This record gives sequence, C-alpha cells and structure tokens, in this order.
Amino acid sequence: MAAKFDKTDDSVVVIIGTGAGGGVLANELAQKGIKVVALEAGGRYMPEDFINDEWESFGQLAWTDPRTTSGDWRVARDFPALPAWIVKAVGGTTTHWAGASLRFQEHEWKGKTTYGPVQGANLLDWPIDAAEMAPWYDLAEKKLGVTRTNGLPGLPGNNNYKVFEAGALALGYKEVSTGRMAINSVERDGRVSCQQTGFCFQGCKWGAKWSSAYTDIPRGEETGNLEVRDRSHAARILHDAAGKVTGVEYFDAEGNLQMQKARIVCVAGNSFESPRLLLNSASSMFPDGLANSSGQVGRNYMRHMTGSVYGTFEKPVRMWRGTTMAGIVRDEARHDPARGFVGGYELETLSLGLPFMAAFLDPGGWGREFTSALDAYETMAGMWIVGEDMPQETNRVTLNHDVTDQHGLPVVDVHFDDHPNDRAMRAHAYAQGRAIYEAVGATRTFPTPPYPSTHNLGTNRMSENPRDGVVNRWGQTHDVSNLFVSDGSQFTTGAAENPTLTIVALAIRQADHIAREMSARTI
Amino acid sequence: MTDQQAVRALTRRQLLARASAAGATLVVGAGFVAAPDAAWALETAVLKPETFATLVQMARDIYPHDRVGTEYYAVAVKGYDTAEAAPMVEAGIAALDAAARGHGFGSYMGTGWESDRAAILRGIEDSPFFQTVRGGLVTGLYNQKALWPLFGYEGESYSKGGYLHRGFDDIAWL
Repeated sequence: MAAKFDKTDDSVVVIIGTGAGGGVLANELAQKGIKVVALEAGGRYMPEDFINDEWESFGQLAWTDPRTTSGDWRVARDFPALPAWIVKAVGGTTTHWAGASLRFQEHEWKGKTTYGPVQGANLLDWPIDAAEMAPWYDLAEKKLGVTRTNGLPGLPGNNNYKVFEAGALALGYKEVSTGRMAINSVERDGRVSCQQTGFCFQGCKWGAKWSSAYTDIPRGEETGNLEVRDRSHAARILHDAAGKVTGVEYFDAEGNLQMQKARIVCVAGNSFESPRLLLNSASSMFPDGLANSSGQVGRNYMRHMTGSVYGTFEKPVRMWRGTTMAGIVRDEARHDPARGFVGGYELETLSLGLPFMAAFLDPGGWGREFTSALDAYETMAGMWIVGEDMPQETNRVTLNHDVTDQHGLPVVDVHFDDHPNDRAMRAHAYAQGRAIYEAVGATRTFPTPPYPSTHNLGTNRMSENPRDGVVNRWGQTHDVSNLFVSDGSQFTTGAAENPTLTIVALAIRQADHIAREMSARTI
Repeated sequence: MTDQQAVRALTRRQLLARASAAGATLVVGAGFVAAPDAAWALETAVLKPETFATLVQMARDIYPHDRVGTEYYAVAVKGYDTAEAAPMVEAGIAALDAAARGHGFGSYMGTGWESDRAAILRGIEDSPFFQTVRGGLVTGLYNQKALWPLFGYEGESYSKGGYLHRGFDDIAWL
C-alpha cells in the first residue's frame, strides 16, 4: 500500500526525519492527499524488535554517529562524543521518549515579555500564543491518547511514584499525579494498555506508549500517499537560481548519493541534525547556509535545565518496575521570581536500570562513595528535573570541519554553557527533590548531573521578525518560502514542559497550513 | 555465565600444586590467576599473571562491592589480556606499583587495607590508564547479567508480562 515515488517527481513534499515532528507531518499531509517522501537516516524497528536491555537497546536505537562538544556543561566532560541521547530510527525519538505530554503554560509563549530583560539571555516571545495553539493541542492530545484528557483515566502509580507522591504531599505540594502521559491507560486505538513493564526508554514492546513508528507512519503509508525511505541520510538541500529549494541529496542504505526532487522540503531531524543540514547546504547564493540570513541557524540551543535526584531508603522500592516516568509534581512549574530565577520546572519520576545507573548516577565517580549507592539500588527512588533554560546566542550548534561522519560530511559541535538562571533553578530543584525524599525517610540523596540531552530545542527558532530567528509562525523559513522546519529546533523558548506534545501540535498545524498554501498555489 | 564456567576447571589441590604465590584474594601461578578456594581460575595469554592479578585487584578497588565475587572483576578486565592492550596494561600496573612504593608499600598487592589502595589510586586517577580501566568497568562489570541479581535488579520483564500483575505497586512500608 505504501507509495513509491520517482526521484524526479518534483511534486512531492520531502520530509527529513520521521519523529514527533516529521512522522506526524508526513501522516497528516498524506491523509490530506498530499504526496510525501520521508527520508529517515535510521532503520525501521517495531515493538517486536525492541529490546528490554539498556545497552543492547542503546546499540540498536541511539544516534551514535560522531559529534563533538564544548562549553562548561558537564556532558562535555563526561560524554564528550554523546551530547544527546536521541534515536536514529523510523519514529525518531518517539521510540525512546517517556510519554509525558504537557501543554505549555500561557505565559511561557511570551518569555521575553514575562521574564523581562535577563542578562546574557537571548529571550524572545513566540509569534503564537496559548489561544492559537489550544485547538492544535486538542488534536495532539487526541492523537496521542494522553491520559487525563478526553475522559481517559490516569495511569496507576508504581512503587517509584508512591514514594515520590508521599514525599511531595508531605511537603505540601498540591499538583501531584501520575501525569498526562501518551501511554494507554485503557486499550485504545488498536493498542493495549500499559503492562507496567519498565523499559519505556528502550521502545515499548507492547506498543502501549505512542510512537509515530507504529501509529502515524503506517497510517500515512496506508493512504498510498507516503513513501518512507529508511537508512537514507540527508546530506544537502538543493535550490534554484530563484532561491527556492528543489530537492534533497541523500546517501541511501548502500552509501550511494541519491537526489529526490521536491516541491517543498520540511526539515525535522532534531535540533542538531536540522541546523547541520541547513549549514551543510551552503551555496554561493547562501554562503552562511540555507535560511540563515539572520545568522541564527544553530544558535539559541536549549536542552532544558535538567538533573536528577535519587534517594535511598531503608527498605526496597524497586523503582524499575513499571512506567519509567510514572508521576509529576507541577507546583514548581510556575513563574515566581521570588525563588531566585525566572521560569519554572517540573519534577517527574524516573528510573534507570542497574547498567545505566552505573553510567549516569555520578559519571566518573568511583570508590566506596559510589559503590555503596549502587549497593542500595533496590531501595532507590528517582526523579528527573525538567525546567526552562535560557536561550543564549553563544549556545550553538556549528559545523566541525575537522571531524566527518561515515559519509564524509562535517559533524556538529555542540557548545553549551549553563546560564546563571539555569544554575539557580537547578540548585532550587535539587533542594526540593531531596526534601521530597527526606520527607519519607531517605537515608541518603544524590543530586545527579544532567544526562546527555533528550530535549534538544531552539536551533532554528521561530520569530515574528526575520532578523531574530529562522522560521515564521508556521515553521516556514523566513528566507525560503518552500522550506520548512518541523521539529523542536523551531522552539523560540523551551518552557518547563517536555516538548513532544508541542512538537506534535505544531506539526499538525503546519500540515494544515502547507495543505492550504499548496491548494492556493502560494507555495 | 559462560565466561566464569570456562574457568572453573581446577580443584583446589590442583591449583595449589601449580601456584607460586597465594594471597588473600588471588592465587598466582605460571600463566594463570585463580581464586584461593579454586572456585575459578583464568589463564592469561599475554599479560604476566602478577600483572593480571594486580589489575583484578585494582578493578575491585575502583568499584568495590563486597557481595560481588572476584570472578566478575576478572571477567570485566580479561579483555586487556591481548597483544594490543598488554603494553599499556604492563606499563600502567608498573606505574601503580611504583606509586605504591611511594606510599611506603612493596607493591600495590603488598598493601593491607583497601583505604591504602584507594589513596594510591586517588593519586593516579587522572592518568589515562586509570581512566581507561575505570571507564571500561562501567560496562564490563555492571553489564554482566549474572551480577544483576546481587543488586536486586530484575532485568528483562516483557517475556514475563511486565509487572502489572507482579508487584509494580507492591510497596508496603510507606
């Protein structure tokens, strides 16, 4: 049923990437009768292929092509070649994500206005707002089957959640629940409900967690309008003398360079690969890279202010049992500068298996201080902190011409320095996280540093004024009318919430816009 | 686990008949190291047995877990017993013994307390040798499935139907 388009067919929309942005956009366009070729760098894995083993799964799914890092973030020291823990596969990082599906708060669409001037931050208001996004969020929540929306019940809390909830309530927190999750709490949409297996990060073997890999992508293919070419690594976007994009060069599974013509190109390769592709597409007409007249391509890289807190207790918790992200405290997500920082953060339970706990609890740590923590692994509870970080122009993705990938293309260097606001927020969150566990009898707590980034945002940001960013309110590049950005790299600011729901909502909205403009023949 | 089973070949009497040195944690003989109780033995291909024994002790001192048998540490570092890695390891262990002498001991294995060895390791922790060994242990040690139950970790769960009916919310002490 899946379509097969000719490489010379210049009527197709070419989408690069098949995750939350590209995968959803591909299906939404296909449903509207628009012909789509989706290029995916990774292979295709379905639930039966996923592996309940952390390192084996990492080898199967993670994007481990070479990258380099710089800056004062600890990831550059601990994991210098792995700035991000994201996925190279059909479905992108929707195979790996934990499922938390929260809407931005109203004020977070207007970061510059709400927070005022913040020294060193390159804050900007989004050109869109909560009212405009509300109907698209409605559609995204329906598509993903988000719990606690549309009458769907919440998920039951596991052991890790029960410890977290008891501590949070003891501290007086009010907004404590098993969250809004894109994990089936009842059988729906042809997929079973959560079996509390754990290993959400390794791909849900039940298909209970939403991923574009086994929902939107096959549905798009069923229309006969979508062709997904996996193991096809985009190398360069081509353009004509008028400055319109005309096609995409890519390396196929055998490493041969191919070219697919296109009427429209949509870039959705996550916040490193999307700017990398635009920068690697530099030409005599666009010497600084495609869509980069503002100089903002690759800049304002955000990764959320993150960190984790683990606690050990006198008796077993067995946090790995059940949903990895099993609950959320939202009380600290508000904007309240009295805490010593702007913006807010969410606290969300998290667990790692023993192999990843050894790698991530205190990277580089050794000796009894470290091993006594692992000895108490069975009694551990864990949470992740996700808060709004400040966009900074100097936090950026650039091409590293000294290092090339398997195709000979320059890789990205990811530079990141924490902003003082990020550090102040992290210190606050560590203290609150520890207090939650201490309130229920923790014998020891661990303020664990950020992991390689899973929320990669902002490197092709959305702006009203073409001087300030790369894309307009539709994700359409300011410079090239038939070139779009469809992933989290278009985020103007990061907000405190996990980004996937917003990426999906923006993709549904963008599909609507592209279809309308195509029929109006304006693109 | 195959790696360990392969080395459980000697009886204690066979072992001691071949041993040239017996310590508290490891017995060293011609071309092999072994547990003093002969629970396991490992032949070395390229590394001097004394070097390998010190490397195993170093691995334990980096990530000491009192309920984890020395064989797991031996398995974790046996990948260094190759022609390619041996020069780096022999030099690294020689430097470790030199550091031990700087602390007033005859060798790294000549120390008594773990805290003495930890202090010696602290002095070389920025060296590429230490960091290579430590970094390799993160997966070489903790990704041995046979070791997971010692920490209570249950590993794969899909084939058992997850934990929905197997205690995902069975906490009773809160």
